[in-house]
Amino acid sequence: MGKKNIEIKGIRDGILVEISSGDWKKREKELLDHIKNNKQFFKGGRLALDVGSHKLKTDRLASLRNALSDQNITLWAVKSSSLVTERTAQNLGLSIRIQQSTAEQQGEFPSSTIEGEEAVFVQRTLRSGHKIKHVGHVIILGDVNPGAEIVAGGNIIVWGRLRGTVHAGAKGDEEAVVCALQLSPTQLRIADKISISPAEDRKVEPEIAQLKDGQVIARNWNSRSG
Amino acid sequence: MAAKVITITSGKGGVGKTTATANIGAALAKGGHTVACIDADIGLRNLDVVMGLENRIVYDLVDAVEGRCRLKQAMIKDKHIPGLFLIPSAQTRDKNAVSPTDMIRLCDELRSEMDYILIDSPAGIERGFRNALAPADEVIVVTNPEVSAVRDADRIIGIIEAEEKGPAKLLINRLNPEMVRHKNMISADDVVDLLAIQLIGIIPEDKNVIISTNTGVPVATDGKSLAGEAYRNVSLRLQGNTVPFMDLSKGSGLFGLISNVFGTGE
Repeated sequence: MGKKNIEIKGIRDGILVEISSGDWKKREKELLDHIKNNKQFFKGGRLALDVGSHKLKTDRLASLRNALSDQNITLWAVKSSSLVTERTAQNLGLSIRIQQSTAEQQGEFPSSTIEGEEAVFVQRTLRSGHKIKHVGHVIILGDVNPGAEIVAGGNIIVWGRLRGTVHAGAKGDEEAVVCALQLSPTQLRIADKISISPAEDRKVEPEIAQLKDGQVIARNWNSRSG
Repeated sequence: MAAKVITITSGKGGVGKTTATANIGAALAKGGHTVACIDADIGLRNLDVVMGLENRIVYDLVDAVEGRCRLKQAMIKDKHIPGLFLIPSAQTRDKNAVSPTDMIRLCDELRSEMDYILIDSPAGIERGFRNALAPADEVIVVTNPEVSAVRDADRIIGIIEAEEKGPAKLLINRLNPEMVRHKNMISADDVVDLLAIQLIGIIPEDKNVIISTNTGVPVATDGKSLAGEAYRNVSLRLQGNTVPFMDLSKGSGLFGLISNVFGTGE
């Protein structure tokens, strides 16, 4: 074997371990054995994993995290080319982006995407502590609770109650909009403008928020066409 | 008889996890079940105090995990209720003394002998909470009708879902019907509306709870206390019974035991 199955690199945020493809159970054992043999090096460390194309469900990733935690190692990020794994990592509250250099960062959040092309669709309630960051549009089927956060390069559409913090047009797009069945966010940002919901009880009706003359304006969805 | 492991957690501290564990445990044991209550809050133990068993501790959870005693030796029999046991936590160690795997192993050892194993989780979302969550078959999230507690409950529920231990059940503690009526407290309806999980009980604010905590006799064994009644209802619902929720909105909340506020709960 020319390339090692497990590659260990130092990055700004701690240690990055790259795991090659193949049988996950084997790779996991190799990693844990390696850590056991190099206890001093890993002890108390923050670990990021690049698992490549491994498809990991919650039980596998959680058991690895627990095993690492037993060794006093904090798993904080999992990078993967598999959407399943990315979603699992997000569900477990792990980061899915590992900052290596500014160049790579820009690559992950390009400023020149065509509007309305890319979107993520999330069908569940976003609870406090959940965060969704996407270069394109974000569509949520469910509620966005206080303490949850959405940052989108494009528009944000919530088919449910929006009570968390949202940032549409995060890359500076002033045309971005936020709409929700009930629009009462903790904080709403469009491009570089920040607004908060009025204190009084709002009517429960679909609304759309957008920038008008540099101010965030929310309007009833029905009156929009008129 | 394989026990059901129920973890009681909250995210925020001070909302009544320990009181809930002691009372649900007492109510289940009163109903004829064998119940082990495990205090997983290593370093800050107090389930033993609430259950009035502090002076009987010889061995604790960490002793059992590290093999200094047999699990049986760490189990303390309740003074009043047969079938109720406590496994106290260690006061002089910290959360890292136990791992999630240890907790699973420990509960598996107990499963054959108990009907219920209740785990009193520490506050927070770190190691101690992971320890308490690992062996759970079911999770009860305790919250107070306060914005900060509800926010933390929401966070915890998200993590429980991600760990595939959900859906969690909700216990609203220290609801003051008087304050809700004057719109000075969030109503149970609003809490359930936000958290969107099944409600297992509403415990009204009751000074008997504080008295019982001090005397070490769970309020669930007090036939006259409203909170005690509410805890007994929780234990019945855990056993799969449909019990209507007490109507706390009428009068000063004394004997307004009219059925159904939030549906059947099932």
